[in-house]
Amino acid sequence: MSAIKLTIDGREIEVAPGTTILEAARQLGKDIPTFCYDPELPPNGACRICVVEVEKARALVASCVAPVGAGMVVYTESERVINARKAILTLLIANHPLDCITCEKTGECKLQDYCYRYGVADSDFGGEVKELADDDTNAFFVRDMNKCILCGICVGKCQDVIGAGAIDFTRRGFVSNVGPPFEDAIEDSTCVFCGLCIDSCPVGALIPRYSLGRGRPWQVEKTKTVCPYCSIGCNVTLHVKDNEVIGISPAEENPVNRGHLCVKGKFGWDYLKSGDRLTRPLVKSNGAFVEVSWEEALGLITDNLDQVLDRYGSEAIMGLCSPKTTNEESYLFQKLIRSLGTNNVDSYTRHCHAPAVDGMMEAFGSAAMTNSIGELSETQAVFVIAADPSESHPVISYRVREAVRKGAKLIVADPEPIGLTDLAHHYLPLQEGSAVALVNAMANVIIEENLHDRTFIEKRTEGFEALKSAVAKYTPRYAAEITGIGEDDLRSAARAYAGAEKAAVISTVGMDYSAGNGGLVLALANLALLTGNLGKESAGLYLPYGENNLQGASDMGALPAVLSGYQPVKEKAIREKFSRSWGVKISEEPGLSAADVFQKGSQDPVKAMYILDENPVSCLGGEDSETARFLGDLDFLVVQDIFMTETAALADVILPAAAFAEQQGTYTNTERRVQLTRQAVKPPGEAHPGWAIIAELAGWLGFDWDYGGPEDVFAEMASLTPQYAGMSYEKLAVQGLQWPCPSKDHPGTAFLYEGRFSRGLGLFSVVGHEAAGPEETGAGSCIAAHHACQCQSESMSRRSVIDNFIVSKMCGR
Amino acid sequence: MSTEVEAAEKVTGEIDLSRVDSLVEPYIGRKEMVIPALQKVQDYFGYLPRPAVEQVSKRMNIPLSRLYGIATFYAQFKMKPRGRYIIRVCKGTACHIQGSPKIAERIEDILEIESGETTDDLRFTLEEVACIGACALAPVIMINDDPHGRLTPDKIKDILDRYQ
Repeated sequence: MSAIKLTIDGREIEVAPGTTILEAARQLGKDIPTFCYDPELPPNGACRICVVEVEKARALVASCVAPVGAGMVVYTESERVINARKAILTLLIANHPLDCITCEKTGECKLQDYCYRYGVADSDFGGEVKELADDDTNAFFVRDMNKCILCGICVGKCQDVIGAGAIDFTRRGFVSNVGPPFEDAIEDSTCVFCGLCIDSCPVGALIPRYSLGRGRPWQVEKTKTVCPYCSIGCNVTLHVKDNEVIGISPAEENPVNRGHLCVKGKFGWDYLKSGDRLTRPLVKSNGAFVEVSWEEALGLITDNLDQVLDRYGSEAIMGLCSPKTTNEESYLFQKLIRSLGTNNVDSYTRHCHAPAVDGMMEAFGSAAMTNSIGELSETQAVFVIAADPSESHPVISYRVREAVRKGAKLIVADPEPIGLTDLAHHYLPLQEGSAVALVNAMANVIIEENLHDRTFIEKRTEGFEALKSAVAKYTPRYAAEITGIGEDDLRSAARAYAGAEKAAVISTVGMDYSAGNGGLVLALANLALLTGNLGKESAGLYLPYGENNLQGASDMGALPAVLSGYQPVKEKAIREKFSRSWGVKISEEPGLSAADVFQKGSQDPVKAMYILDENPVSCLGGEDSETARFLGDLDFLVVQDIFMTETAALADVILPAAAFAEQQGTYTNTERRVQLTRQAVKPPGEAHPGWAIIAELAGWLGFDWDYGGPEDVFAEMASLTPQYAGMSYEKLAVQGLQWPCPSKDHPGTAFLYEGRFSRGLGLFSVVGHEAAGPEETGAGSCIAAHHACQCQSESMSRRSVIDNFIVSKMCGR
Repeated sequence: MSTEVEAAEKVTGEIDLSRVDSLVEPYIGRKEMVIPALQKVQDYFGYLPRPAVEQVSKRMNIPLSRLYGIATFYAQFKMKPRGRYIIRVCKGTACHIQGSPKIAERIEDILEIESGETTDDLRFTLEEVACIGACALAPVIMINDDPHGRLTPDKIKDILDRYQ
C-alpha cells in the first residue's frame, strides 16, 4: 500500500495508511494534547481534547481515532480548535478541585498544563461538584477520586495490560466514577498494586504514599537504574531529593519492562531507608557485636584468614556469593577467593535452579533462557506449565497478555487456576505431578499427527527416534488416566502449540529444587525441539530464574568448577589466561559446591567462610538447623550484607554494604541482558559498595589490585570473558546488551541457538513420567512465586511496605 | 417466585449459587452475552445479590469490576433487594405541573424511605420515572401494574394500605 500524503499546519507529510492524525502530527513534532489516549490501549476518542480541524470536514475530529486521508489539510491549533479545547477544559475544571497549591501532581499534571497553555483559569459552569471521600485504606497509595477526570487509562491498563481487573468505570452520568466493584476499598479488590494506574494518571487522583509531602517534581533528581528484586531486571527511574529516594517510576524507553512494573518494583524499595540497615563494621566481642572502624575490621579479617591459611591451607576457605550482588562484586569476590588458592566459591541459591540449569545444559549445551522477554508479545502460541508468571515474574504475564490481545493462542496447564487462566484458550487442570505425562502425550500427538518439524529435527537435533519410541505409549488415552485431562482437550492443546509458526513455553519449574523437576524441563525441551521452536525469534523455552543477578553471578564465575564465562578451571590454557591477568596461581582442583557443604555435609575441610548477601540460615532450616550449627562452629565467619540477617548474627565480622540505589555496577537479567545500575543516593553511614569492600580487603591480604571504579572491574572481566568481550559501560548505557556479545561491534544476542546449539545438535531426552516425584509440579507455581519474591529477597521485602501484601497475596496459596 | 427467594435469603443470608451456575451455563465462553446472563440472574433473585455476581464472574471469567460496571451503568439492573410492590412516581412534565413532587414527598414521609430505596420489610420500593404515558391522569403513580391517577397527597395513605 502506498503512503498517504497530507498537510498538517502547512507542512506536508507522508505516512502509512491507517496512521491516525495524532500519530502523523506527532511525527512532525506537533504537541496535540491528549487525556484518554495511550499508545498501548485501543484509542477511544472519549475526552475530545485532541480535536483538530480538518478542511471540508463538517465538525472537528478527534485526532487520536481519525485515520489520515489522502490530501487532508489539518490544523492542530486553529482558533476553532483552541476554543473547543478551552470549552473542554472549562467543563473539566468545573468539577475538579483547584487545590493545585498543595496537590502532589502540580508541575506534572496534564490538566494543569493544558489550562496553563490555553489560559483557562476558572470555570463559568457552576453547579454540583463531586464530594467523594478519599480511599486511603491501603498501605501503598491514596485515591482522591474527586480529581479523576474519567479518562479511563487506568481502567485499560488494569483490565488489559496487567489483567488484575481491579477497577472499572462504575455507574453513569454525573455520578460515574472509577473504582473497585461494589465500591470496595482498593485493598479489598483484586488489585496487585503494580502501580501502573498511578504512573499513567494524568491528574492527581492517585498518589503513592511514599511521595506525599516529600517534594515537588522540579525539586527531584531522576536516576535511571535497575530494580533489585527478580530476574526480569525492570528499568526504573529513582526520584531523589536531598540524598533520599522519595519515589520510583518505571522507565519507559527500554525493551525489558517498557513502562511496566509490579508491586516489588513500585513499592518494595523502601527497605533502603530501614532502620535495620547496617551502617558500620561490626565485630563480635564476648558474644555481642561492637562497632569498629573499617581498618580494625579488615585487619581482623586479614589476621584470621591468614591463620586459617597457615593452619589448614587454602581449601579451608570458602566464599558464598549472592545472586543479588552486582557483576563487579561477584567477579571480584571469586577473584579474591581464587587468589587465596582455592576454587571454593559458589552460591547456594543457584542450586534451587538446578533443574533448569542441568536440563538446558543437557539438551542444548548451555543454560540460559533462550529468548528475550519482549519477544513474547509477538509469539503465536504460549504454553504455560507449572508456572504462575503473574505472581513470580509479572512482566512476563503482561507480555503474554499482549500476545493474546494480538491473537496468540494460550495454553495453561496447572492443577489450580493461575493468573493467566482467564485468558487461556486451552486450560488443562492436570493432576498434581502428572506434567511429564502431559507433555509426553503432547509430543505423541504432534508426532502421530505429523505436526513435527522434520527439517529442523533432521538438521539440528539428535535422538529423535529414541524419543519417538519412548512417547509412543503416551497416547492421549493413556495420558488421560494419569493427568485427568480429556483426550480431545489434550489433542487440541497440542495442535495449538504445534500449529503456530512461533510458539513459546514458559515454566518456573526449573526454579524449584526438588526431585524430578529436571524431567519436566527435559520434556519441555523435547517439545520445543520437536516443533523447531528454538533458534528463532518469539519462540523458545522461557525458564526464568528467580533473583535479579543469578544469571550474572554464575556468568562471573562464582562457581566452583568454572571461571567467568563458564571457562573450566580444569583447562590449563584457561587457568594460564587468568593467572597472567591476575598475577596469582589458580588451583586446578574444582572447589566445593554449596550443595556439597549444605546438602551433602562435606563440611569438614571448611574452617572459614566469607558470605556475601546470602542468608543460608533463614533459607536452609532456621536458627536450630545443621546449617546454623555449622556456620556457628566455623573458626571464622565474615558476612557482608545490608541487614543484620540470621546468618550475619553468627558472624565474627560483619561488613556493611551499599544497596542497589547506592552503587554503580551491572546486573545480568534472565534474558542475558547486562544492564547498568546507577548510584542515586549515598550509602547510609559508613556502608561501602560491595566491590570496593572486596577490593580494599584484597589490598589488606597482600594483593595488588588497582581499580578506579566498577567500570575498571567490568573492563577487566570483559577482557577475560568471551560472552562479555564486546561490552563496555558506554555501550551498556543505552539499553544494555545481551550476551553473547563477543566483539566491540556486536549488537548482542536476543535469542540463542540460531543455526547451532552450544553442544552442536539439540538433544532429545527420554523422560518417563514415573521419574517425577510427587512434588514435581503444580505446587511448583507457588514455590516458584515464593522463590522470586521472598526467599533470597526476603531480607529486603520483609523490611518493606510490600511484606504483608506479598505474604498474604502472592505466596498465599 | 423472586419474593420467596428474597425472603429466604433474608432469613438465611445465603444465595443459592448452584442456581446461578445453571442460569449462566448457556453463556459460558460467550463474554458478549454478559447482559443476558445478568438479566437471567436478576430475573431469578429480583436483583443482583453480590454473591451471585461474584459467581457469574467466576463462571464467565469476567472480572467482578467489569460486571459491576455494567450492572451499575444500566438502570435495569438493581443492586439491592427490591420490594414486593414497586411504586413508580411519574415525574413527567404534566405530572410535575399537577404536583407530583408533593405526591413523592408524601410517599417518602409515609414509608420513611427516599426515592430509589426499599422499605426494611421489603414491602415497597420507591422509584421516580420520567413519564408513564398517562398524562390525562396526572399526577399519576403506578404500583406494580396498577395506575393510580388524579392524586392528591391525602389519598396516598389509603392507596398504600391496600398493598400488604
